[in-house]
Amino acid sequence: MQKTPLYDRHLALGAKIVPFAGFAMPVEYSGIQQEHRAVREAAGIFDVSHMGEFWVKGPHAQALLQKVCSTDVARLPIGKAQYCYFPNGKGGVVDDLLVYAYEAQKYLLVVNAGNIQKDWDWLQANNNMGAELENASKHMALLALQGPCARQILQALTSVNLDDLPAFSFVVAQVGDLAQVIVSHTGYTGAGGYELYVAAEEAAVLWDLLLQKGAEKGLVPCGLGARDTLRLEMGYCLYGNDIDEQTSPIAAGLGWVTHLTAGREFIDRPLLERQMKEGVAERLKGIVLLERGIPRSGYLLVNEAGEEVGRVTSGSQSPVLNQGIGLAYVTKPYWKTGSRLFVRIRNKDIAAEIRKPPFV
Amino acid sequence: MNLPENLKYTKDHEWVRIEGNMAVVGITEFAQNELGDIVFVEIDSEDEELAREEVFGTIEAVKTVSDLYMPLSGKIVEVNDELDPKPELVNKEPYDGGWMIKIEIKDPAEIEGLLSAADYKALID
Repeated sequence: MQKTPLYDRHLALGAKIVPFAGFAMPVEYSGIQQEHRAVREAAGIFDVSHMGEFWVKGPHAQALLQKVCSTDVARLPIGKAQYCYFPNGKGGVVDDLLVYAYEAQKYLLVVNAGNIQKDWDWLQANNNMGAELENASKHMALLALQGPCARQILQALTSVNLDDLPAFSFVVAQVGDLAQVIVSHTGYTGAGGYELYVAAEEAAVLWDLLLQKGAEKGLVPCGLGARDTLRLEMGYCLYGNDIDEQTSPIAAGLGWVTHLTAGREFIDRPLLERQMKEGVAERLKGIVLLERGIPRSGYLLVNEAGEEVGRVTSGSQSPVLNQGIGLAYVTKPYWKTGSRLFVRIRNKDIAAEIRKPPFV
Repeated sequence: MNLPENLKYTKDHEWVRIEGNMAVVGITEFAQNELGDIVFVEIDSEDEELAREEVFGTIEAVKTVSDLYMPLSGKIVEVNDELDPKPELVNKEPYDGGWMIKIEIKDPAEIEGLLSAADYKALID
């Protein structure tokens, strides 16, 4: 089992540790709901150092990314980050990721922990143009500082004016005594905030600093449990649950990050273009339960006649709504916003409604 | 880990308090801690007679759902209604306010099959 550089900090804070994607990770400290609400109302700090980081460099870097990424990387200005996915050549998804245009001919890719080796192999296999690849996953730590108070907490620690850093922008800045922190105005919670990339050996210094300076603003350490409920309230996909090698990215609602720029030949383009034009048989939609119950991955959606019309891929209780929420692949015409259906929870059919995320 | 000596336990992480021919049932401190924040407890089996090991309800936590098993055969004569508005009682007071059902014991000989606090502790250590 791999450990992040902050493993000892998590133990000292009394975190519950679980195995996740080959890493011993904190799932919660004080409780998922409390951590979740802290992020919605104040701030939370997450250790997400299990995520993978690759550098793609050199004169052929852009050509490789133009081939493997769903977005048009040529349109991404230096200093900006973009969410995209790797189509798998068979209509499915290798992974979803963030691409940072770090400097000319230098990109940073941030991928899911469980897919680090697979993504690395995928990039190597597609790198017939000779881009330079470097797997920095073990050397980089990643802390997510999220919530409405995140800006205030971070601003007190850096000379960079965070008001000048729009969403999906990043800058290399001094934070506290650390000279080189990638401060990225991104996140996976919908609560606003920053993702901070730092050398693995400096992670503990940054973690301690943020916890200490953030405490008076209500900052708490948060685990993967709250990370999951927060992303679910926003309707963000989780690889392995909502998208995988079998799911169509178009069905998953990722058409908005599928850039059909004229002349850009990326993997699966003809297939994805056709799906975008002609439509798909099912779509990933938000569902809200109208009665007490929690949708869970694998539960069926049925219509009034009891016929299967979809399946749940992610679900939980929304700590903000105190209602069951989820993401589900739903067939036509049940996928329409506002349409009523049922989630089959063990032997009971619980009324639910299709709703467009975010749920809060 | 708090494991009161006066209670009996099961491998399914329930505790049982024998009161004459009645048994009060809940889940252990260990179980509630493993589940994390409990969102609701669903028990539709009041007045039913169920056999040992049968499911009498489910417990929904934020992260996961878990079945609740009868530690002893018998009739469910009472369900803790307080858990409906306050499911967090299972997290906060698993052995007191977090109790779940009261069973009229059918076969007292089954009590022998329950675990002592020491046996249960060995199981979870």
